[in-house]
Amino acid sequence: MKKYSLGIDVGSTTVKSVITDAEGNIIYSKYQRHLSKVKETVIDQLKLIQADYPDESFTVCITGSAGLGLANSAEIPFVQEVHAAFLAVKRKQPDADAVIELGGEDAKIIFLTGGVEQRMNGSCAGGTGAFIDQMATLLGITADELDNLSLNSQKIYPIASRCGVFAKSDIQPLLNQGARREDIAASIFQAVVDQTVSGLAQGRSIEGKVLFLGGPLFFLKGLRRAFVKTLGLDSEHAVFPDEAPVFVAYGCAVYASSAEDAYTTEEIIRKITEAKASDDIVTGDPLFNSQAEYDEFIERHKKFDLGYADIRTYKGDAYLGIDAGSTTTKLVLITGDGRMLYHHYSSNQGQPLDKIADQIKCIYKVINPDIIIKGSAVTGYGEDLIKAGLSIDHGIVETVAHFRAAAYFCPEVDFIIDIGGQDIKCFKIKNKSIDSIMLNEACSSGCGSFIQTFAMALGYDIAEFSQLGLFAKNPVDLGSRCTVFMNSSVKQAQKDGATVEDISAGLSSSIIKNAIYKVIRAKSPDELGKNIVVQGGTFLNDAVLRSFEKELGRNVIRPAISGLMGAFGCALYAMENASENGSSLISAEELAGFDYTSRSANCGGCTAHCQLNIISFGKGRRFISGNRCEKGSGTVQKNKVPNLYEYKYDSILNTVKTHQPRKYRGTVGLPLTLGFYEQLPFWHTLFTTLGFRTVVSDESSRAMYYLGQHTIPSDTVCYPAKLAHGHIENLLDKGVDFIFYPCMSYNLDEGESDNHFNCPVVAYYPELLLANNPRLNSENFKYPYMDLNVRKNVIRVLTQTLRKYNIRGRISAAVDAAYKALELYHTDIASKAREIIDRARAENRKIIVLAGRPYHIDKEINHGIHKLITSLGMAVITEDSIAALAHTPKLGVLNQWTYHSRLYRAAKYVTTQPDMQLVQLVSFGCGIDAVTGDEVRNILESRGKLYTQLKIDEINNLGAARIRLRSLVAAMK
Amino acid sequence: MPEYTIFTEEMKKTHTILVPDMLPIHFKLFIAAFKAEGYKMELLQNDSRSVVDEGLKNVHNDACYPALLVIGQFMDALKSGKYDPDKTALLITQTGGGCRASNYIHLLRKAVDKNFPQVPVVSLNFSGLEKESAFRIAPKVFVKLLHAILYGDLLMTCYNKCRAYEINKGEAAKMLAKWQNRLGNIFYKNSNLYLKTKKIYTDILNDFAEIKLSDEKKVRVGIVGEIYVKYSPLANNHLEDFLISEGCEPVVPSLLEFVMYTASASFNNAELYDSKTTRSRIFKLAYKFVYAKQKELINVMKEHGAFEAPHDFEHLRALADKYINQGVVMGEGWLIPAEMAALAKSGVENIICAQPFGCLPNHIVAKGMSRAIKQDNPNANIVPIDYDPGATRVNQENRIKLMLANARL
Repeated sequence: MKKYSLGIDVGSTTVKSVITDAEGNIIYSKYQRHLSKVKETVIDQLKLIQADYPDESFTVCITGSAGLGLANSAEIPFVQEVHAAFLAVKRKQPDADAVIELGGEDAKIIFLTGGVEQRMNGSCAGGTGAFIDQMATLLGITADELDNLSLNSQKIYPIASRCGVFAKSDIQPLLNQGARREDIAASIFQAVVDQTVSGLAQGRSIEGKVLFLGGPLFFLKGLRRAFVKTLGLDSEHAVFPDEAPVFVAYGCAVYASSAEDAYTTEEIIRKITEAKASDDIVTGDPLFNSQAEYDEFIERHKKFDLGYADIRTYKGDAYLGIDAGSTTTKLVLITGDGRMLYHHYSSNQGQPLDKIADQIKCIYKVINPDIIIKGSAVTGYGEDLIKAGLSIDHGIVETVAHFRAAAYFCPEVDFIIDIGGQDIKCFKIKNKSIDSIMLNEACSSGCGSFIQTFAMALGYDIAEFSQLGLFAKNPVDLGSRCTVFMNSSVKQAQKDGATVEDISAGLSSSIIKNAIYKVIRAKSPDELGKNIVVQGGTFLNDAVLRSFEKELGRNVIRPAISGLMGAFGCALYAMENASENGSSLISAEELAGFDYTSRSANCGGCTAHCQLNIISFGKGRRFISGNRCEKGSGTVQKNKVPNLYEYKYDSILNTVKTHQPRKYRGTVGLPLTLGFYEQLPFWHTLFTTLGFRTVVSDESSRAMYYLGQHTIPSDTVCYPAKLAHGHIENLLDKGVDFIFYPCMSYNLDEGESDNHFNCPVVAYYPELLLANNPRLNSENFKYPYMDLNVRKNVIRVLTQTLRKYNIRGRISAAVDAAYKALELYHTDIASKAREIIDRARAENRKIIVLAGRPYHIDKEINHGIHKLITSLGMAVITEDSIAALAHTPKLGVLNQWTYHSRLYRAAKYVTTQPDMQLVQLVSFGCGIDAVTGDEVRNILESRGKLYTQLKIDEINNLGAARIRLRSLVAAMK
Repeated sequence: MPEYTIFTEEMKKTHTILVPDMLPIHFKLFIAAFKAEGYKMELLQNDSRSVVDEGLKNVHNDACYPALLVIGQFMDALKSGKYDPDKTALLITQTGGGCRASNYIHLLRKAVDKNFPQVPVVSLNFSGLEKESAFRIAPKVFVKLLHAILYGDLLMTCYNKCRAYEINKGEAAKMLAKWQNRLGNIFYKNSNLYLKTKKIYTDILNDFAEIKLSDEKKVRVGIVGEIYVKYSPLANNHLEDFLISEGCEPVVPSLLEFVMYTASASFNNAELYDSKTTRSRIFKLAYKFVYAKQKELINVMKEHGAFEAPHDFEHLRALADKYINQGVVMGEGWLIPAEMAALAKSGVENIICAQPFGCLPNHIVAKGMSRAIKQDNPNANIVPIDYDPGATRVNQENRIKLMLANARL
């Protein structure tokens, strides 16, 4: 007899079960976090049901991302979760037009009217429930507290919404700069909304009655508010059903109700208990085979420790070192002979300044009055803030601090790897100085803090969690990609029945593989050198350390103060650079009255309108952050450092301001995007010569990006391409007769490469724009195919394209004028570069070739990195301005893209100039730079130059870029 | 002189050439054809996790997944000890063109150079690249390979159809093995028997038509996408097998379409950019020859009636024109939207677009064109699935399951 239906929704973080009666009413429901013990939690819930319904039988069905494997092995029917939601909505809210469901790790949209469509986030879109949890952990609070904070927000910061890891790197610096937590909380929710709207809806508008489902949308009021506001819904059209958390489980019960076979709870429990874990789980070797092996390991690493002295009894000089890292705060006080007086390591909980001030208070409380602090230094993300707030003597770049500390333990060190909360930093040491630096990129950040968040999600503290992995029998192989992927790898492993021990060990080994193969890009351990020092809080974790040694096949040195090395290096620096006059460190009295206020403002220095955070410490002392150039900081540099990026940018912007015909036959819109950043002079001259007026789209900005966001079909394409969507909308709003945007397989042949293609995105993006922007049609959007190398082709194609204007006879002359204009532009840039080089040399400045593509002059794309470089006192020129000065060196790859071939020549030229270094700008998602990057590195390093690569995306955070550039400056000395 | 090891005339006799596992059905026939020319060849089938690990070690992690897998598979094989590095060569396809794929051979050489500098890498291409290599494709071999593709496509089509519906499990696989053997022998024997296409097509069709099929109605799922990920089970986590296990019929467009797409790109570009050359004229002739061959196969299949014939290539070109210019020739270019549209029009409305994560051309031709194709075919259900060393099967399968739930609405 079938009477009841049971739906079990096994999500990535929770298990939900619902029972419906014969009429389809919900008579029982339960929502519970499973802390990755999937099977156990399901059985627990079934036992509860058994207690309430001992004699009933149920038709049953399982749904949910973690339920798939369980259902298969237990031989219980499975329904895809979006489909289950669809069934539930059809029953409960038949008049809904759209459904948005956020789960632990998935985001889904169902469109119900105007063509049913069910959509789910792709593999690279982590911004969901787990993402919110992660962000809350970052702030040291619960998701509920995050929610409460968000309700008191005053402003929203732009936070990258595509991927959790990106968002994190946007948030961390905001925290470290002292932005209001309320505002950050609200910004996190807004990021989730933006991700859902742009990533999932992709052009289809979310209108009518919208139903919001899933745990996060049920529990978090701030998130609800952000959705309702963004979608412009009123209370009638935004529905948050009471049963939202178990809605999918309800749909699953609906699906189950049509099943034939019914089972008693006992039978179901038996099926699930007996379900075999699948055996396609990939495992590795145990970290330790025996306790003896572990003991030997511990003994070996004990050797590298500092001496200790008592802060209450020691007399003499002392030096303070502070490492204000992204998630943790480290502080040491050492004696003049390197003994430890005081040390501290803790999470900064988003308030580094308060934490450190507290610690210094602690020191002042216990310190022997006969100790004199003779010097202090600070490093890390919070360096500037701490230095300003607490009057620290020196601020030094992290790489320098770490090198000093490592050399203390191992003077012969030739490789240092530091895995901290958010960064992996590796440097090779040659001739006692830093030779090359490798930092993790935005996409692979997720190191220490990742394990920590994960441990917490599974209900362990970090120490306990990593300890679990040490003797795991079958560590799971979780891959070595970014953390979002690791999340789903873990999910899969759980599904396949891996134990927490195996997962813990697997995570340690993933972090190591990520570091070795993705960050260091080593092919063999020998590349790293003989004397390897590992440090950073993450290496305190024995499982991580052991994984590293196993993967390398050799022993390494881990100082006992591994987590404090940055701070220790600072203290050593402070010692070596102590001033005669003593330290400027904030005194105990000043500290007693220490307080600060923070507020935000927009800089009015230029059109970039940087968002500033102003922190006042009283007595007129203040600290300003968020500015890219010196203007915002309130200091004015007397002598402007020459910068070709600015010159090029202005030159392109000014192109259309000149020579516009007074009377014109039509208005042509030219989008300021991708290839136009180089070819604008060509097209402007062509059209104005033909008697058209040209209009370019406005300058790029985050707002411009949002303007076109809804027409972006692929969320993993590079940011420069995504911006094109906004430029098209902007031009359409300007009311031009038509937008002209040619497709070009080939770029100009500069005679120095095997071929001269554009990359596929630059070549064909107009096709994509036309197909995804409903406002475009063949009348208002002209995107002819042509090859600028073939004059007759350009003439023929343009004649065809502009047929209706009857200007056939004038085209060939206009094309010639256009070629001339483009050539003039190129010579002008080259001669300007010459001028900058000469001036820089006269002023004794170093010169940085900031090598990217023409569109990297867009300030929304480069985020002002060129200004960061000039603020360090170095002149900036571009790759195209000097490419012609060298021939292509011997390459190990096919040199077939025009823009990229310039990189090789520019790199070659740099190697002939002692005062030049090259910094490569790489847009995230540029697959071609996976090829060029290694090659450019090779050209530079084989000829004794440094290679620095900066990965950029929509993230507005220059923290990582700043570290690299400052390290570069340090290495150049 | 290039710095890498060149495949010399002598190596033909001494070296075994390893072939990556891209299209298992077709490549076995290719190997038979090359063996007839005196080459020793072996199809790699190692697919353990260490293939991916070797790939991660030896290729930039942002390089695309196919490069990572192919190179990983080679390195794994060379390190396995099964092959004497002094008597082994590696074969890799090379297309030329604006996609990253043209660089695979260079990435492979970089990887090989580190560990096995003596191992020559051989390029399989039809663009006259790598002239110094003794591995050449004579016109006669070219014709043979073309036939291998035709037969391979036919076998693939019949096999996929039969194994989805077969009543006696395993029959289709047995039949496939029988024909692979028979065709292998034909190619190997260096006779001209393989030219008797009509007869062989009909025999294959008749043989497969013998297999008893159920008349159960199954969801038909088209697979388009990046060429390697689309076909290679290693890359797509055995996508076809998964679809079969989910009660679907996989419909995989033929390899010949890709070959014709490549050939047409040359003369298309020449017209588009007013730059005709002898080469583009030769390609046009070659295209006409191949098209006639495709027509023949289509006609035989239509006449026979038991199995669905491949899309007429000129029909694909016409379909492409509705969505995208045939000037889009990087990667799989315009062929992907054309195939998606052709599938949708022929009733295969559920389409998986399999691609490496971050595939550059596919931003444009796959994700970029879905909206337009859906607009014309409201029932089309196009799901892009990204493949990557870190992407998990559960995520991929869950999305496919969602597509199937949609299909069964």
